Amino acid sequence: MERHFDQELNTLKNELLRMASLTERSLTEAMKALVQRDDTLARRVDDYDNDLDQLQIEIDDRCIKLFALRQPAASDLRFVAMSMKICTDLERIGDQAVNIAHRAIELNKEPLLKPLVDIPRMAEHARGMIHDALDAFVYAKPELAREVIARDDRIDLLNQQLHRELTSFMVEDPATITRALNLMSVAHNLERIGDHATNIAEEIVYLYEARDICHQHNAA
Amino acid sequence: MATVADPSMTTTVKTHAVRPLPAQPAAAAAQPAPTLPDEEIVLEVCDFNLWYGAAQALFDINITFPKGKVTALIGPSGCGKSTLIRCINRLNDLVDNVRITGDMRLNGESIYHRDVDVIDLRKRTGMVFQKTNPFPMSIYENVIYPLRIDGENRKSVLDETVERSLRRAALWDEVKDRLDESALQMSGGQQQRLCIARAIAVEPEVLLMDEPCSALDPIATGKVEELIYQLRGHYSVIIVTHNMQQAARVSDYTAFFYLGKLIEYDKTDKMFTNPTKKQTEDYVTGRFG
Repeated sequence: MERHFDQELNTLKNELLRMASLTERSLTEAMKALVQRDDTLARRVDDYDNDLDQLQIEIDDRCIKLFALRQPAASDLRFVAMSMKICTDLERIGDQAVNIAHRAIELNKEPLLKPLVDIPRMAEHARGMIHDALDAFVYAKPELAREVIARDDRIDLLNQQLHRELTSFMVEDPATITRALNLMSVAHNLERIGDHATNIAEEIVYLYEARDICHQHNAA
Repeated sequence: MATVADPSMTTTVKTHAVRPLPAQPAAAAAQPAPTLPDEEIVLEVCDFNLWYGAAQALFDINITFPKGKVTALIGPSGCGKSTLIRCINRLNDLVDNVRITGDMRLNGESIYHRDVDVIDLRKRTGMVFQKTNPFPMSIYENVIYPLRIDGENRKSVLDETVERSLRRAALWDEVKDRLDESALQMSGGQQQRLCIARAIAVEPEVLLMDEPCSALDPIATGKVEELIYQLRGHYSVIIVTHNMQQAARVSDYTAFFYLGKLIEYDKTDKMFTNPTKKQTEDYVTGRFG
């Protein structure tokens, strides 16, 4: 029997996917603003964030109404509950992208401290994690979500490596401190984006397998 | 209509007589009808009061029902929701010692004016009851029964009505090859959808449903609820249900009644996420009732 509830769930899914693609765009543009030293691009990320905030409000409202009016059970229940959590993580990723864009504007005021190698690599990992987590969501592939979770370590390692490198810059020459701190902040935001992508992946495992694997990554 | 002699009527009176009125102002003034700014109105209830003998069962009810939408009436037993829906097609005329003041207007025309032809009124207001009541005749004849008593005998009209009504009642695919079989052989859920098909065969201006799923199992209930949801747009549905979750699932608007008074009336999503009145909150959260 076709339920009109299925159409409502489908609408929710499409809104989440729209939000996810806007989130990816924010991150991509923030990184472009940093790498190409383009303030105009950086400021555009603020506008994208307004769209994301609005979508979060709409999705939350939709989920609350589905809970109240449809009393979802079993897989439907997990879907609506996880939609609320996924949308929170996506909105936070959008905020981190804004932070990166703001750091880019600061960094663009001075010459490059060093060629950007590890930071774009971190961003690429993070973007890939978001993308694959959402693929796992669309195609109901919890195994892909587990793989995404395992990839978070790479970002963490790059972040630590960058931290050491930038610290030595600052020790050698205090004139680099401002730039080094801004780059550290970018790296830190990318590291947090990886964490949010990991959260989304965990939520997708719960959605499809009804297993809560939060805070126990060796089980993933 | 044999179903009128309904035990719930006596329950209404009795429950009301013994229940106190907690948290209600002693002399509640008639509330103005809640406005539905975006809706076309099919039915208006104006300053409506009803007494069973000395016991008042409805107090100053003012409410408007939107056209093409589903409105649910909820509230604990004895709150007056069934009494109100039975006043819309004047079934309460058949109960002894009932006294009424106020009026209702169906598409602007008075329901209680002394010139109203009650039989005609009941054709304009289809009704579906808790207990399925298919007639002991074929599925086909059940659907067109209201047309037959109006003297309609043209086969093309009857055939067309049967198919349209059964399709809208989400029953056509299940019964199209056995329209000549007795309706009494159908399952309970199918019988209820047949009763809905019969009620909509004459395109009523408002479709009244009094606990239409309470005798059905969960699967049949799901099908009837899905059907009610699909009827919106074509029909204006008023449904009485003691199942709050059902009201949440099927309706656009919800009216909460308590002890014969309309406590709150609003969009269903508002009523179930953020009701204005504490009594509504207590009822929808299961704290009383």
